[in-house]
Amino acid sequence: MSAGKVEDREEAAAPLGPFGECPLPIFEHPQIVLGHGSGGKLSAELIEKVFVSRFRNATLEKMDDQAVLEIGGARLAFTTDSFVVTPIFFPGGDIGTLAVNGTVNDLAMGGAKPLYLAAAFILEEGLAATDLARVVDSMAAAAQNAGVQFVTGDTKVVNRGKGDKVFITTTGIGLVDRGTQLSADRVRPGDKILLSGTIGDHGITILSQREGLEFESALESDCTPLNGLVSAMLDEAQSANAITDLRVMRDPTRGGVATVLNEIAVRSRVGMVLRENMIPVRDTVRGACEMLGLDPLYVANEGKLVAIVAPAIADRVLDVMRRHPLGADSVIIGEAIEQPAGMVLMKTSVGGTRVVDVLFGEQLPRIC
Amino acid sequence: MKYLDEYRDGDIAAKLVERIKRMQTRPWVIMEVCGGQTHSIVKNGIDHLLPKGVELVHGPGCPVCVTPLEMIDKAHAIARRPDVIFCSFGDMLRVPGSDGDLFSIKSSVGDVRVVYSPLDCIKIARANPDKQVVFFAIGFETTAPANAMLAWQARQMGLTNVSLLVSHVLVPPAIEAILSSPQNRVQGYLGPGHVCAVVGYAEYEPLAARFHVPIVVTGFEPLDILEGVLMVIDQLESGRADVENQYSRVLDRGGNRPAQDLIGKVFEVSDRKWRGVGMIPRSGFQLRDEFRAFDAEHRFSVQAIDTMEPAVCISGQILQGIKKPHDCPAFGTECNPQHPLGATMVSAEGACAAYYAYGRHLKDADLVTLGDNR
Repeated sequence: MSAGKVEDREEAAAPLGPFGECPLPIFEHPQIVLGHGSGGKLSAELIEKVFVSRFRNATLEKMDDQAVLEIGGARLAFTTDSFVVTPIFFPGGDIGTLAVNGTVNDLAMGGAKPLYLAAAFILEEGLAATDLARVVDSMAAAAQNAGVQFVTGDTKVVNRGKGDKVFITTTGIGLVDRGTQLSADRVRPGDKILLSGTIGDHGITILSQREGLEFESALESDCTPLNGLVSAMLDEAQSANAITDLRVMRDPTRGGVATVLNEIAVRSRVGMVLRENMIPVRDTVRGACEMLGLDPLYVANEGKLVAIVAPAIADRVLDVMRRHPLGADSVIIGEAIEQPAGMVLMKTSVGGTRVVDVLFGEQLPRIC
Repeated sequence: MKYLDEYRDGDIAAKLVERIKRMQTRPWVIMEVCGGQTHSIVKNGIDHLLPKGVELVHGPGCPVCVTPLEMIDKAHAIARRPDVIFCSFGDMLRVPGSDGDLFSIKSSVGDVRVVYSPLDCIKIARANPDKQVVFFAIGFETTAPANAMLAWQARQMGLTNVSLLVSHVLVPPAIEAILSSPQNRVQGYLGPGHVCAVVGYAEYEPLAARFHVPIVVTGFEPLDILEGVLMVIDQLESGRADVENQYSRVLDRGGNRPAQDLIGKVFEVSDRKWRGVGMIPRSGFQLRDEFRAFDAEHRFSVQAIDTMEPAVCISGQILQGIKKPHDCPAFGTECNPQHPLGATMVSAEGACAAYYAYGRHLKDADLVTLGDNR
């Protein structure tokens, strides 16, 4: 680079606003960056600006993890999800189990009984056939475990270097056979926030397997289908004649619990207060997060759910969750409040209060 | 969790706050030097636990924030080269240079990788013998031993495809610059625990004596910070100005000798530019002549890049503790982590980013009321 380049920059910087003296970065990225897939603000901006603005309709605008559609008198839940993960095999699962459970869980969070799945595979030239068979075996086992069937699919192969071993998209359909009204805009002040167990297990497991970050741990991904747990919760609410007291359920995958709660707080126009010392985090996950400067509230889960329920049935629902093997560590981590609407606060364990905001892009490990 | 929960106990925190309140008779301004301390203070809401008259101001100890613009531009020029794998600590990827950031380069022309340890570069270099592997060696004394180890091992192994782009800075010259400024408001310091774990704290003693300021080397957990504040106030109230060690479970006066030996073999003290502050004499490290072959600035001929630092930028005043993030009219509005206008908003350790992430963009009074209601 020459001195001329520097002069160009200074000239270009001169007409900027009151903070023109500061180096104004171009954050309107002209190309897609990894942060667009993080689940944070960059993702939200991409979805709104590129997709929702063009596809706009009432169902899409609900922005839930699944669409619930009335077709021929039946209520059907419908969802799709793509799976890209490195490495494709990891402790506690692989890309196949993720692809089944992720879509099953998105259906279950809408109060649906998951029924049928479709799978589309993008395979990279050179992928070992045995690896593919292993992934598909996992998918078959996971489908059986979740009580769903694959009924259609598609396969494409791309040149070596144009993919990363295997990308899988699964689409699912399920039947909403109860009077549930689960949606992110239904939370009211006073509602309780329930969490089904420890957070961050999946994200830290994947991180620990990546090249360049080798730390030993016995940690496993929590990847699992949650439809059984959800079904038990729905049964309980129904028997209490309070099915609509279940306001919303979400599986806090990418972006973690913090991102999901912020989305709900904004959609329902309520505030939330969490209690830090109630949020269960395994020591290994906490240790890794401390070491890397990450916050477990933003780390991905693949087998946990957050449910927000009316205070009247909170204890009953919590009780039934704790009796289920996938919800043994369930806790009430906080509640909805009136103000500040659209924000999530947390009482820290030392007695301070902070805001739990949405991340802007990827969570980056800090230097020291 | 052992060694963490003990230092985050709410009851002990309340007792420490009580002792601070009893001890303090007048207002004091205390600077925490290290970005990790700033992060912990706002993440745990410690500043809201302290009595009104105890003001914490955030110091220059964020390595991402103080790396000068011209080094970022040099890094970007190298990272754009097709023959280079550019390796960096994660939070450098978002720091804006004159033209974009490393994320943009990664998404378009460059091979940019996040590493967790500088020594990962050795593995990458061996796996990619036809590529030049460049590590962005930034940071304070804390990261210096690991960065020095990279140069040391690369030379021992005779690796010709490893180099370091060095932008190392030192804490004591920065403290000296702040204390020498006519605008200085800082009356006492929480010294940088991690830095002193490497180099010890003997070199802070002349500073404490010359400027008559207490310096308490302090850790990073909530109770560490509260105890550090208590120790500084104890000195201020009694008119003492000593260097004390709150973080004795980790460090002593002499620091880590093997680490210091290694730093001394690889690096030598040099003048350095600081983003938002300017040139500070003898305030950083450069590679010694014996390691010049591993200097990426020479290898890729980027020494000539000499971007002018902006003349007036509030992030410089924030780094020196003269102003606080919400003294800035752009804070939380035009300037936020998505659209950072200055370096202190870029890194998670930067005072502005930490304030933003943990909600200090609300008025303090709002938060305290909300907290107390619950």
